[in-house]
Amino acid sequence: MISLKGLTKSFGAARILNGIDLDVPVGQRIALIGSNGAGKTTLFRCLLGEYIHEGRVAIDGRDPRRDRTAVLRLVGFVPQIAPRLEMPVAALMRYVADVTGGRVEEMEAIAARMGLDVAPIRGRAFVKLSGGMKQKLLIAMALGRPTRLLILDEPAANLDPAARAVLFDLLAERPEVTMIISSHRIDEIAALVNRVIELEHGRVILDDTVSDAGALGSSFAIRLATARAEPSFARAAGEWGLTETEPGVWIGSIAGPDRLRFLGFVARHAGLVAGLSIDEETAAAGGGRDVVVTASR
Amino acid sequence: MRAPDTAPAAAPAASPFWTGFAATFRLEVAEAFRARWFAFYAAVFFGLVGLLLVFGLTESRVLGFTGLSRTLVTYIQLTMAILPVFILITTVRSLAGDREAGVFEYILGLPVGIGAWYAGRFLGRYLLASAPVVAALMAAVVYGVVRGVKVPWLELGFDIGLLLVMIFAFVGLGFLISALTRSVDTAQTLAFIIWLVLVLGLDLVLLGALIRSRLAIEGVVAIAMLNPLQVFRTGSMLLFDPQLVLLGPTAFTVFDIFGRAGFMVWSFVYPLVLGLLTAGAGWAIFRRGDLP
Repeated sequence: MISLKGLTKSFGAARILNGIDLDVPVGQRIALIGSNGAGKTTLFRCLLGEYIHEGRVAIDGRDPRRDRTAVLRLVGFVPQIAPRLEMPVAALMRYVADVTGGRVEEMEAIAARMGLDVAPIRGRAFVKLSGGMKQKLLIAMALGRPTRLLILDEPAANLDPAARAVLFDLLAERPEVTMIISSHRIDEIAALVNRVIELEHGRVILDDTVSDAGALGSSFAIRLATARAEPSFARAAGEWGLTETEPGVWIGSIAGPDRLRFLGFVARHAGLVAGLSIDEETAAAGGGRDVVVTASR
Repeated sequence: MRAPDTAPAAAPAASPFWTGFAATFRLEVAEAFRARWFAFYAAVFFGLVGLLLVFGLTESRVLGFTGLSRTLVTYIQLTMAILPVFILITTVRSLAGDREAGVFEYILGLPVGIGAWYAGRFLGRYLLASAPVVAALMAAVVYGVVRGVKVPWLELGFDIGLLLVMIFAFVGLGFLISALTRSVDTAQTLAFIIWLVLVLGLDLVLLGALIRSRLAIEGVVAIAMLNPLQVFRTGSMLLFDPQLVLLGPTAFTVFDIFGRAGFMVWSFVYPLVLGLLTAGAGWAIFRRGDLP
């Protein structure tokens, strides 16, 4: 579906993407993670044909810059920051439907599922909507039309918990659609994705394919050390089934499919973590093996 | 609820270019009707005509002009003073502002061709810039007809045509400036400087330069011929003042060299070509660079 060969993008002397090679097969769902400035949004813009760059980008074998309309007809895009569009909501939806060949009714139905009734806001300027309403509308316009690739840049950032849950349901209903989802909260999208790519300084530093078959039946032994006691951490660790066997040392086991979500939990408490080991437990013989991460400080 | 079919939507019945162009054109117009700049812009020109009518349509004689001819001449002169800077600033603010506001990232992530989008925005902006100016003038004509005042139809048609080609030239310039710059501040500054240079290149200022620095008359004439403001100024007075006694010496020299018919053709063709060239250059720059 997507092929990147030596993708490099610079702004002046600053190299934002640094020779990225990547192949994304049809139907794969990627969590794109990385700190601010890692190059996630720049990568998205290259995929959308918006940036000139070195190297090659192909979606379905075609260059998104040269064959814009043909390629972007396959793509639904939700930006990280809602554009400050002055136009009325109805005009924007009409525009998106016109150029994508979609239907406004489909978009409105998606918006309704996310808890946004479009009828009362049709005449309002898009820019005057609340952050959550804008986000819901952008998602509705991306999902409410036929697509084969979804590029979602922090799609859940402004959503309330109920809308977030609906978004994940909507994405789960599209198993044949290839997705690249950027999120700071990897735990939220962990259940949706089968590959995790981490960018740092414009390079891929982690490319972890989550094997659904293996992960489903697996479990992981956890040993987590904390630098100090923290009640909120203790509560959350308890919810994960971890027990404090000695002061500052938490032991337990997590299910394979939950490992990315668990890493998200660890990431949120990174300031407390003094050591972490995760060992696969499912091997019938030979004991466990370190498969994901061992960290200590 | 079933997810939409994942097969990409069939291409629209019209070509992708026309679909994208028409949708973008409609959107540009729809957005402008909500924008403060457009309301202010329209109010300025209608207010201008209103003031001219209030201060006497038929009663007074100024520089030999009476009635609607007087209104038309005054309106044209005032328009030349404010319209170009208005068009330049609002156009570059709109385009560069959209770039800064993330609008390009979103809209150009949709399957609309860059050419279709650019052309749709250009013509939308041109229509928006032209409509209030011409509509205000027509309102004056309707008022004059109702009052039984003789309408100078030939002059009116000629000057509306000149207004339309001048607006075309400045919308094109605005698009070129927007393609060259990446921030509203830079775009506005550049637009203002260009307008200032064109004003300084007007006939009366050129006269001073001619006298002080003993420039060759050919050079001064060339500057006057290439300055769209001067071309409009000279062209708009051709029918009202065939001897151009009201204008400066450069206009007179230009008129002498090219003749009345030649200059009339030039005053229409040059702004059109300038608008096409600048808009085309803007398009070439825009499509070769980073879009957002």
